[in-house]
Amino acid sequence: MLEVAGLCKRFDSLEVLRDVSLRVEKGDVTAVIGPSGSGKTTLLRCLNFLETADSGTLTFGDRRYDLSRMARRDIAAIRMQTGFVFQSFNLFANRTALQNVTEGLVIARRMNREQARDIAMDALRRVGLEDRADHYPSQLSGGQQQRVAIARAVATDPRIIYFDEPTSALDPELIGEVLSVMRDLATTGMTMLVVTHEMRFARDVSSRVVFMEHGAIVEENTSAEFFKNPRQARTRAFLSSIEGKR
Amino acid sequence: MTERLWNILIDSFPRILLPGLRMTLPLTVIAFALAMVIATVVALIQFAHVKLLTPLARFYIWVVRGTPLLVQLFVVFYGLPKLGVYLDAFPAAVIVFSINEGAYCAETMRGALESVPAGQLEAGYCVGMSYAQVMRRIVLPQALRAAFPPLSNSLISMVKDTSLAANITVMEMFMATQRIVARTYEPLALYLEVALIYLMFSTVLTWLQRWGERKLAAKGGVAHA
Ligand SMILES: Nc1ncnc2c1ncn2[C@@H]1O[C@H](COP(=O)(O)OP(=O)(O)O)[C@@H](O)[C@H]1O
Ligand SMILES: [Mg+2]
Repeated sequence: MLEVAGLCKRFDSLEVLRDVSLRVEKGDVTAVIGPSGSGKTTLLRCLNFLETADSGTLTFGDRRYDLSRMARRDIAAIRMQTGFVFQSFNLFANRTALQNVTEGLVIARRMNREQARDIAMDALRRVGLEDRADHYPSQLSGGQQQRVAIARAVATDPRIIYFDEPTSALDPELIGEVLSVMRDLATTGMTMLVVTHEMRFARDVSSRVVFMEHGAIVEENTSAEFFKNPRQARTRAFLSSIEGKR
Repeated sequence: MTERLWNILIDSFPRILLPGLRMTLPLTVIAFALAMVIATVVALIQFAHVKLLTPLARFYIWVVRGTPLLVQLFVVFYGLPKLGVYLDAFPAAVIVFSINEGAYCAETMRGALESVPAGQLEAGYCVGMSYAQVMRRIVLPQALRAAFPPLSNSLISMVKDTSLAANITVMEMFMATQRIVARTYEPLALYLEVALIYLMFSTVLTWLQRWGERKLAAKGGVAHA
């Protein structure tokens, strides 16, 4: 479905991504884990062109792109087929929950309002928030805002959704509701690439796990194998450091 | 207070208020409306870092904010005829006030645009919206809301600053008062009277500002949610 090869990215002298290659099949739920500063966010942002990669190729669907020289039209086309869920939600503050979801349909996709409304209400129902449709983001809890953000991504019927630490900005008691929405999404076969610190999600929900450190992928495996038999010493060190924090 | 003074005050009231309604008010409204257009365009140029135009926008703001309004009025009204550009007093005042106010309000608008979290722009891109669409639907409405109180302040200041137009022969409230003073030799009473009328104008605008802010708040959603 999606394949990245040889992705490199630097911020001035700081090398943030070094030759990252990654393959995501349709229906995969891939968890990306790794210490903070290892380049996980930058990887996702390069995949949706919020950052421009210095080099690398992206195969998306049946086309191949040079990530460092993307045409504007190709960027627009790929964004139309992908969803992005941010750590800080980034809901449109001047739009209600419902309008947050319809915006991408009515404005970007020129869908008629009634149809967009139906789709958006369905999406809000999936995240359990149809009764909050007319609330503004400032009137919603963090967990609810993130669920609206997920509905906003789902409603555009994307081929893949990128999640950047979707629960890291949440109070502990609100994390569960967001994870459960993501779990439901995974069971419907949605392709997801999820940067997360939630090891339980990585183990129980994701089908694959990618471990990143210092801008490179250290290890990649099915999630069962990854946690049972981590091959790299650095992976084992990271996993035990996380266990230690619990 | 003597009866004569009363009569002068009562007699002069409409003679000051009328130029206020005929000159001060239109000058303020027209110039401020033009200033808003200038400010929005200049702020958007800077916000989007448009090549070539951004340094031009900075230059404009630098010059206008760095020179006195009174000098600007004199340059345009008394200076430009040297270059063969003759303007009537009122249009000259409209031009100077809108250019002057535009520079200050551009900075207000730029600050308001930058106060909208960048993440909302990115979220807009990610649902497939173009830069123009995100600006029009998400960023600008929030920026205008954030800019509303400071812009209202600017408008209220401007009502009072229009008294400077008297210096280029615009027959507005202050000039009308000066003329009456020259005839009656009652500067204290008459200048206090015109001050009171300016205060009335400002008070009405303050009410309008409150009303506008309530209206915006009722529409929900704040810039810094
Ligand atoms: N816009 C930027 N400018 C400069 N450095 C950045 C920028 N974004 C991220 N970085 C740096 O790149 C490195 C990787 O960041 P990031 O991708 O956010 O890591 P992670 O998401 O794994 O914590 C960090 O050292 C970070 O400070
Ligand atoms: Mg990150």
